[in-house]
Amino acid sequence: MNASAQPLTIKDFTSDQEVRWCPGCGDYAILKTIQKLMPKINQPKENIVFVSGIGCSSRFPYHMNTYGFHTIHGRAAAIATGVKLTNPALDVWVITGDGDGLSIGGNHMTHLLRRNVNLQILLFNNEIYGLTKGQYSPTSKTGTQSPSTPDGSVDAPLRPCSFALGAGAKFVARTIDTETQQMAPVMLRAHEHKGASFVEIYQNCPVYNDGVFEYIKDKKSAADTRLVLEDGKPLTFGADNQRGIRLNPKRLALEIVTLGEDGVTEADLLVHDEGNMVLAQMLADLKAPAFPEPLGILYCDPMAPEFVDGVYQQRQAVRDKKPPADLNALLRSGHTWQVD
Amino acid sequence: MSTVEKFVNQDGVIHAKSVVVRFAGDSGDGMQLTGNNFTEATAIYGNDLATFPDFPAEIRAPAGATFGVSAFQIYFGAEDVTTAGDDVDVLVVMNPAALITNLKDLLSGGLILVDAGAFTDKNMNRAGYKTNPLEDGSLDAYRVMAIDITKQAVEAVKDFGLSHRFAVRCKNMWTLGLVMWLFDRNRDATIDGLEKKFAARPEIAKANIAALNAGHAYGETAELPSGVEIYMVPRADVEPGLYRNTTGTEALAYGLLAGSQLSGLPLTFASYPITPASSLLHTLSALKEFEVITFQAEDEIAAACAAIGASFAGSLGVTSSSGPGISLKGEAISLACATELPLLVINTQRAGPSTGLPTKPEQSDLNQALFGRHADTMVPVIAASTSVDCFEVAIEAIRLATRFMTPVILLSDAYLANASEPWHLPDINTYEPFPVTHATDPDGFTPANRDASTLARVWAKPGTPGLEHRIGGIEKDFASGDISYDSDNHQKMTTLRKAKIDGIAQFIPEQSITLGAPGGKLAVVGWGSTHGAIHQAVKHCRQQDMDVSHIHVRHLMPLPTNLGDLLKTYDRILVPEMNTGQFVAVLRSKYLIDAQPLNKVSGQPFKIREIEAAIKVQLEGVSR
Ligand code: SF4
Repeated sequence: MNASAQPLTIKDFTSDQEVRWCPGCGDYAILKTIQKLMPKINQPKENIVFVSGIGCSSRFPYHMNTYGFHTIHGRAAAIATGVKLTNPALDVWVITGDGDGLSIGGNHMTHLLRRNVNLQILLFNNEIYGLTKGQYSPTSKTGTQSPSTPDGSVDAPLRPCSFALGAGAKFVARTIDTETQQMAPVMLRAHEHKGASFVEIYQNCPVYNDGVFEYIKDKKSAADTRLVLEDGKPLTFGADNQRGIRLNPKRLALEIVTLGEDGVTEADLLVHDEGNMVLAQMLADLKAPAFPEPLGILYCDPMAPEFVDGVYQQRQAVRDKKPPADLNALLRSGHTWQVD
Repeated sequence: MSTVEKFVNQDGVIHAKSVVVRFAGDSGDGMQLTGNNFTEATAIYGNDLATFPDFPAEIRAPAGATFGVSAFQIYFGAEDVTTAGDDVDVLVVMNPAALITNLKDLLSGGLILVDAGAFTDKNMNRAGYKTNPLEDGSLDAYRVMAIDITKQAVEAVKDFGLSHRFAVRCKNMWTLGLVMWLFDRNRDATIDGLEKKFAARPEIAKANIAALNAGHAYGETAELPSGVEIYMVPRADVEPGLYRNTTGTEALAYGLLAGSQLSGLPLTFASYPITPASSLLHTLSALKEFEVITFQAEDEIAAACAAIGASFAGSLGVTSSSGPGISLKGEAISLACATELPLLVINTQRAGPSTGLPTKPEQSDLNQALFGRHADTMVPVIAASTSVDCFEVAIEAIRLATRFMTPVILLSDAYLANASEPWHLPDINTYEPFPVTHATDPDGFTPANRDASTLARVWAKPGTPGLEHRIGGIEKDFASGDISYDSDNHQKMTTLRKAKIDGIAQFIPEQSITLGAPGGKLAVVGWGSTHGAIHQAVKHCRQQDMDVSHIHVRHLMPLPTNLGDLLKTYDRILVPEMNTGQFVAVLRSKYLIDAQPLNKVSGQPFKIREIEAAIKVQLEGVSR
């Protein structure tokens, strides 16, 4: 309860439900980070609602001592929209996965982002179906061997951040399950953003897809595989930030350069601009191993209109013009006649 | 029967107890508007009435095509009228296609009012006429009033500077004027309506009014063919009070608002466009001064889910569709069953399967409503019987959903949605409120707490301090509401969910006899929009001293507690349905009675005489 004046702690947000993820699952680290973060978001606990679909990640709400709704496969986005439409004051977090949010629920995700409903979407991307025992998912790399693709998957994967930008998302970010230091500020920004905030989390599934993000999780090679984004700062990476990203205007493509080589200076590098949609789309397209993959906030447009606000403003505008609701008067509107 | 037997012709005036008029023309001829205006004038005149708009699925069919014919039928008279009528007395047709597709329903001796100007070679060819039916004697069995309406209308509006296209469009108002003269109707309401409708374009309003008046004047002054006289249809003896016309859609929308007011709950109405259910979304979207948020979702599933999210957040979620859309909502409805959240699901049924006949009525989604979901997910089902009844049924559905914390399915159909009838307007203040309270006390709270008498789960909404809890689709522990995979608990919870829905029978009215008496040779048992046709058929048969009663069932799940015993007092049971026999199967299996089906799935409502004939067959069987 939030009745006492005591500040809330992680304990207040930890439910008494036994956590049932596999040992070593990346979901544990994400849960811990979010639980730790909750006291910092300045929301009364009773206003926080976690809504999830189906999948390993979607068990998340059971472990948060807030309001929670574990719904059906793919539909968390639609259910959360109904929650916000009904009570815009609630602080809603949608928890979903690559299968839940981008395969069976891809349509709802598209429209949630397009409408820009004010809530946070945490998409746990483990590039596999965990709960149904390891089938390949829409984000699995081509060639992924799984029970349903014993000879390797044939189809091309979908890139969650590119998808979100394409759908018109106004806040798109990426983080890694175990990188608490990097994840926490991203989550705070996502929460702060008024609109649908989309956060892709690279999440390791040690049972069915172990090590799939090792190229970027491994601290030893992190400097070369991560492009950590900071608004207003040049796009650099590598040991001592000696390498950077430059725009090749002839090819209209990004390319890697090394500072000091061929006369390249920091002035030649692209500077990250969260408000630049074209840059965000190019960044979202960067893939290992050819490029380091961006982490942090790819895109943020804080000025875009929010859906539920629009709905209530429009309603108010109509109410300002019409006489107050009167059901008897409504029934008697139009042509009526009296029988004596 | 022919009109000659039905009507008394005296001093150039035809005296009729009731008349059926059908307006038919191209989709673009404005027949629905014409019919609605005539309906309004008829209601104001004081006849009882019922209407049946029958329009094609194509939005803009090619002009003159038979599949593009749009019709509007009205049955009005001095007696209580509960259907749109079996046979047509007066057929108004705007082109050859409308004549060829509607003539079969006209009584012999009936009157055809026809726009001769539309009988061009091209139009006749397209309709399939080899020779001109107005000239080749094929209409000799009828009285024909062939007027070049197009020319008359264009002439009537020539002073208003309209383009030829707009001038021709006034022909429906010219025709309406003439029909109003024929039945002695007053034009004031139509004129009012035209002035409002075209407030921004006064020249169009004026032209239409001029056409209306010209049509009326034509009737008064022109030399009419012999046999065409004014009809006198006496006023009906109706209860005193204030009336309006309503379609089922309007009554349903207003009923939802009434239920919201009586429960004290705002509504979140989430829907996805589908014929013939969309008009409910349109109606509510224009009523923002009321406590209703409307949401056009990205698909049917999202609409159901957004409504469930709304109910979780403490409003009443409502979702509306037609059969195919309800199929898509199935999984979500089961989630609402599992989490025991209130949800109202409205199905405006249409002829199926699949796209079927999207503008035509059928009652073939009863099985879907009763059984069409995975697992043991019983849901209360309630059906509207008339357009006006949609109001009452909407309130009752909201009462059940909120009192028992359950999804409720409300069945309407394409006929009720579009058909209009006079509505003796109720006073909302005379309805018993059923205020809903959300939990607020953290003391001893679990999301599994229930009301001992209704078995309804507690409703605690996010935003309430101290009641933070989780719900979801996984089976829940009976006592704590936490997730539980325990097998005994699942048995207990399944039994509980069933007991809750079965128990609703204790909270709904006992089954009454709609017309007739308990015991006897035959009961005709119906549900939904067959009410009117069954009612008239049983009434006619009883007037002929036949031993038959009408029982109309509103609550289809659970059924009223006394229904089985009541049905067993009759020798025979006949169940007319616009499907292949769904409710009859329920009655047979539930009560082990030999109920007999009467089925019609032509996309058209039952005719009274079809049910009368079936009653006679049943009664002959009894006496044998
Ligand atoms: S299957 Fe994979 S994603 Fe699911 S809980 Fe186990 S480790 Fe985590």
